[in-house]
Amino acid sequence: MKLDLLTSLYVFMLAGFIGFEVIRRVSPLLHTPLMSLTNALDAIAVVGAIILAGEHKTNFSTVLGTIAIVAATSNIVGGFLITDRMLKMFKVSGPKKS
Amino acid sequence: MMSEFASTQIIEVTYLIATALFILSLKWMSSPATARRGVWAGEIGMLLAVAGTLLHHGIVDYKWLAAALVLGSIIGVPLGKVAMTAVPQRTALSHAFGALCVTLVGTAEFYLRAPSVPPFMMAVLGMEVILGSLTFTGSLMAAGKLQEVLPQRPITYKGQNFVNLGVLAIAVIVAVILVLHPERVYLYPLIVILPLIFGVLMIIPIGGADMPTVISLLNSYAGLSAAAMGFVLDNKLLIIAGALDGASGFILSVNMSKAMNRSFSNVLFGAFGQEQAGAAVGAETRAVRSASAEEAASILGAANKVVIVPGYGMAVSQAQHKVRELYDALTKRGVDVRFGIHPVAGRMPGHMNVLLAEADIPYDKLMEMDDANGDFAQTDVALVIGANDVTNPAARTDANSPIFGMPILDVDKARTVMVIKRGMSAGFAGIDNPLYYSDKTLMLFGDAKSFVGSIVRELSGGAGH
Repeated sequence: MKLDLLTSLYVFMLAGFIGFEVIRRVSPLLHTPLMSLTNALDAIAVVGAIILAGEHKTNFSTVLGTIAIVAATSNIVGGFLITDRMLKMFKVSGPKKS
Repeated sequence: MMSEFASTQIIEVTYLIATALFILSLKWMSSPATARRGVWAGEIGMLLAVAGTLLHHGIVDYKWLAAALVLGSIIGVPLGKVAMTAVPQRTALSHAFGALCVTLVGTAEFYLRAPSVPPFMMAVLGMEVILGSLTFTGSLMAAGKLQEVLPQRPITYKGQNFVNLGVLAIAVIVAVILVLHPERVYLYPLIVILPLIFGVLMIIPIGGADMPTVISLLNSYAGLSAAAMGFVLDNKLLIIAGALDGASGFILSVNMSKAMNRSFSNVLFGAFGQEQAGAAVGAETRAVRSASAEEAASILGAANKVVIVPGYGMAVSQAQHKVRELYDALTKRGVDVRFGIHPVAGRMPGHMNVLLAEADIPYDKLMEMDDANGDFAQTDVALVIGANDVTNPAARTDANSPIFGMPILDVDKARTVMVIKRGMSAGFAGIDNPLYYSDKTLMLFGDAKSFVGSIVRELSGGAGH
């Protein structure tokens, strides 16, 4: 248990550093799609909700888990859809093959 | 059914691959050329992780899971297809959904484990639920303000910060008590309800011009609450995704605050507009020069280099497609047309870029603030469309101005400045803009969309003079 916790903290710290380094390089041009993409990725929380609802330990936990799945799934679907729609619009000037 | 061991192994492997794909996904966002690949990487990672999770040995009932996944997708599709002008409120709404998911899962986990929740778990669970709850109502409020179903003007009252921070402080204290005495289960609802209230109170004093910072901050909170949920569930993928999102939101909030020359605390506890609203009165009687669409068209048509500075007003009047026509008409005449984009123009980071891209304006014509400022001295006409405070030279010159020190687009360095504006009312922050009274400034009064449309008509009508 103690070791698990420490590992998790390492993971969190390293992911934070990677996040800073990777996201610093994102062009300000794409900050809006960046936000909708991270939002979709964040909805990976759905895996926690799936296990919670699927295990069916109590009615209460199943109901909360099910609502949580709906909320997160709408973020996944909506988030990826709109990010792709936005990115499709960014074009360079001048002649280019489509 | 496969063994518990085998299913756990498979799940862990899908999570590992998903983690790599998520990081690649963000890495590929660095340039528009690779960004769509980034979305695919994210989608594949997500699909793998969800599919893997469905193999979890503990899942006994798939009926509700299927129904919830389908319902979520049905809600998600229209949210993915909103108009580009509605993207800020959509983003705020999706922060609310993410936070809702995290808060609900945290709450269920608490009651499953209570009354014997280990101290560390209770601490991260408290963080998860407090951040989740305040992000939920805060984001709903922000979405409401952006959609204009709630009043956009900041609402302030005496002792506001004291009340707000007090509510949050009590929630944190209750969480600490729960860490020490998890058997006091009856206290739990407080660490949900108080942050829910705080989320509402936090957004009440926020004005539209502060929205880019606030949305970024809420984005960061949503990520951190998801990371905390990862700690509670001992799920590394969730910790990593949450940390990435938290870092992203944090970087964007810092960028936005810098672009407004304000600190976080100032955005959250400052309530910008109020005190200056009075100061602007009385300055309105000074003379301005205005011009017609015809005059504007002839000046623009004779220019060599034009920089267009769009702001929230362009989004409000949906003028981006007319701006594209103007861009085409001028480019056809050999005029070099570029766009100068201030980081906080609009209601969220990158808002203007998306609107202009939607109108098919090539992104290599969009300049960041620093590049644009290097160009204004050689610019014949700076055309400001629906932007105000981000062009206010008082930020450079007037130490008494509330926006003094804020980096601005130096449109006043261009040979001629044209400002399309509905009337002489002060901008969102209620600050008077000396740019409008300058000798080289021409005011073009009217709605952005119809005025740009008239300029385009004049340009195509009088071609070749």
